[in-house]
Amino acid sequence: MLRFLIKRLLLAATTLVAISIVTFLLFFAVPSSPAWTQCGRNCSPERIAQVEQSLGLDQPITKQYTDFVKGVFVGRTIDDAGTIRECTAPCLGYSFRSKEPVTDTIERSLPVTISIVAGAMVVFLTVGIGLGMLAALKKGTVFDRVAIGASVGFASTQTYTLGGVLLLLLVYSTGILPNPHYTPLTENPLDWAGGMLLPWITLGLINSALYARLSRAQMIETLQEDFVRTARAKGLSPRVVNRRHALRAAITPIITIAGVDLGAYLGGVVITESVFSLNGIGREAAQAVSDLNLPLVMATVLLAAFFIVAMNIIVDMLYAVIDPRVRLG
Amino acid sequence: MTTSTSPAAAAVDPEAYLQVRDLKVQFPTEDGLVRAVDGVSFSVRRGQTLGIVGESGSGKSVTSMSILGLHNPARTKISGEISIGGQNIVGMKEEKIQKLRGKDVAMIFQDPLSALHPYYKVGAQIAEAYKVHHPSASKKEASTRAVDMLNRVGIPQPQRRANQYPHEFSGGMRQRAMIAMALVNDPALVIADEPTTALDVTVQAQILELLEDLQREFQSAIIMITHDLGVVSQVADDVLVMYAGRPVETGSVEQIMKRPQHPYTWGLLASVPSLHGDANVDLVPIKGNPPSLINLPTGCSFNPRCRYAGQNGNRSFSEVPELRPAGEDGHNVACHMSFETRQRLYAEDIAHAGVAQ
Repeated sequence: MLRFLIKRLLLAATTLVAISIVTFLLFFAVPSSPAWTQCGRNCSPERIAQVEQSLGLDQPITKQYTDFVKGVFVGRTIDDAGTIRECTAPCLGYSFRSKEPVTDTIERSLPVTISIVAGAMVVFLTVGIGLGMLAALKKGTVFDRVAIGASVGFASTQTYTLGGVLLLLLVYSTGILPNPHYTPLTENPLDWAGGMLLPWITLGLINSALYARLSRAQMIETLQEDFVRTARAKGLSPRVVNRRHALRAAITPIITIAGVDLGAYLGGVVITESVFSLNGIGREAAQAVSDLNLPLVMATVLLAAFFIVAMNIIVDMLYAVIDPRVRLG
Repeated sequence: MTTSTSPAAAAVDPEAYLQVRDLKVQFPTEDGLVRAVDGVSFSVRRGQTLGIVGESGSGKSVTSMSILGLHNPARTKISGEISIGGQNIVGMKEEKIQKLRGKDVAMIFQDPLSALHPYYKVGAQIAEAYKVHHPSASKKEASTRAVDMLNRVGIPQPQRRANQYPHEFSGGMRQRAMIAMALVNDPALVIADEPTTALDVTVQAQILELLEDLQREFQSAIIMITHDLGVVSQVADDVLVMYAGRPVETGSVEQIMKRPQHPYTWGLLASVPSLHGDANVDLVPIKGNPPSLINLPTGCSFNPRCRYAGQNGNRSFSEVPELRPAGEDGHNVACHMSFETRQRLYAEDIAHAGVAQ
């Protein structure tokens, strides 16, 4: 177990370093400069050079990269056209655009994304897995057909379509729900939930559809397993057979997928955040890319990569706990 | 005589624990009606073993599943009678059958690795089987009983083994655990569905011996389902040979192994390698494959594969042969050929091939 963990952590660190290097290189491969976006259309070459110098972009790439890495681990001093800024570790630099420390941007936007994802997951795990399992048990019935028909419908809907329609119906036309907004959970839990309800429903329903079909297929397969037949042959009631024997085995691969999905979503749910104008990490990332805002791009890319890598390790460890046949090593 | 299989003359054996009469199991599918079992009758007494033999698709497993009432009633048409200890379970309510399953009738499955739940410890799975029929037993009693059973089936260090998962057992040990689970409630009838097929030959013999020992101890009736005539000759008292959902020959193990009368039984015997004789010439496999149970050949279902079809004019192709007495008491066969012809053909063509010799 320990060996496995050390191996995976080393691999994770390597992955993150590789991603940071590739992101850096890609950024400089773009035939444009952040200075352009900073000083506008009619900018003199002198002015461009000046801006680039103030952002530290005149330095060699290797120097810029080592400065960035140094900042993350020990902090660094940034000279912004005469203004000296102390940036303590973990320093991710200052936003080219707003001049605020990138760590502040992350601290502000990450809770928004976490709030959206956590609630949506509760929705799609309960609704999706619940419907899927029920449909599998009632395979071929009207319930099964309606549930699976609906999930095909929802699965082929996009967040911006469903989100927009729900916004129109539930907020603008009827006012049943408040306009989506973010209030910290610690400040006002009720307002937090109220503001998040629509994104939860939207992201939750679309994913429920996928999870419903996945769980149904998984459960139908498990119900045909020999060990389920054994459980019935023992004289157990259908309830016990389904719950203790079939469900337990069917749900394992779904947990894996949910874990990996969680990792991917925590890096930012760009479209959901944009549709509901919530300033989560995904929206910041998208904005940073269009602004060529290197420090923020680096931070959001690395954060997304970190979540994915971390969730993969957690899922693998969880799998070993759930399935006794799995040995980590 | 404990096996009587003519649907017409299905004699009731008052001493039989299990009595199956004219059992028909059909599955309506989109492609048509699957006649998986089409009129089978047999009976087994306590302490006796009935071997049901046939290829895949002959209906032997479907028969055993019906005895446990495990077919989904919504997708299966079952008729006839399956009387277990005097109770007919055909058409019985699911809740009532549940009380019989695992308690009066238990099943040992073919592949113990897939038949045991991968996520639960072996001891817990056995204890669960005990507890469901002994609701008043405490958790501790049930797990003590599980360890007891593991000990009875010859698993060393049963206490430690009970705390392991099925994948930590070897194939033979797993099948012993499966047997322990089947016998935990002292069932009067045990159905063993190819219990040794997934095992090494040396382990096979141990498992069969174990079953015999346990049968003596518990006086249970055993139905041994297999395609392996070697297994049948070793453990069975009576044999039922099935083909395409119908019984083709029944009798005592002696009658079936030494004086078989049906060309299909001959084929089964002649395709088992013998340890004596020339390995190259002595096998006579049955040509072709078992028929589709949706579109059975007209007349005798075996006719496309039978070397002797057509001996009696057109009857093989137009008339379904009934099980009829084949001479000796208790020996029945469903074949159009006359007794004399069968005797002659057996002596000429079969007696020297495979284990038949």
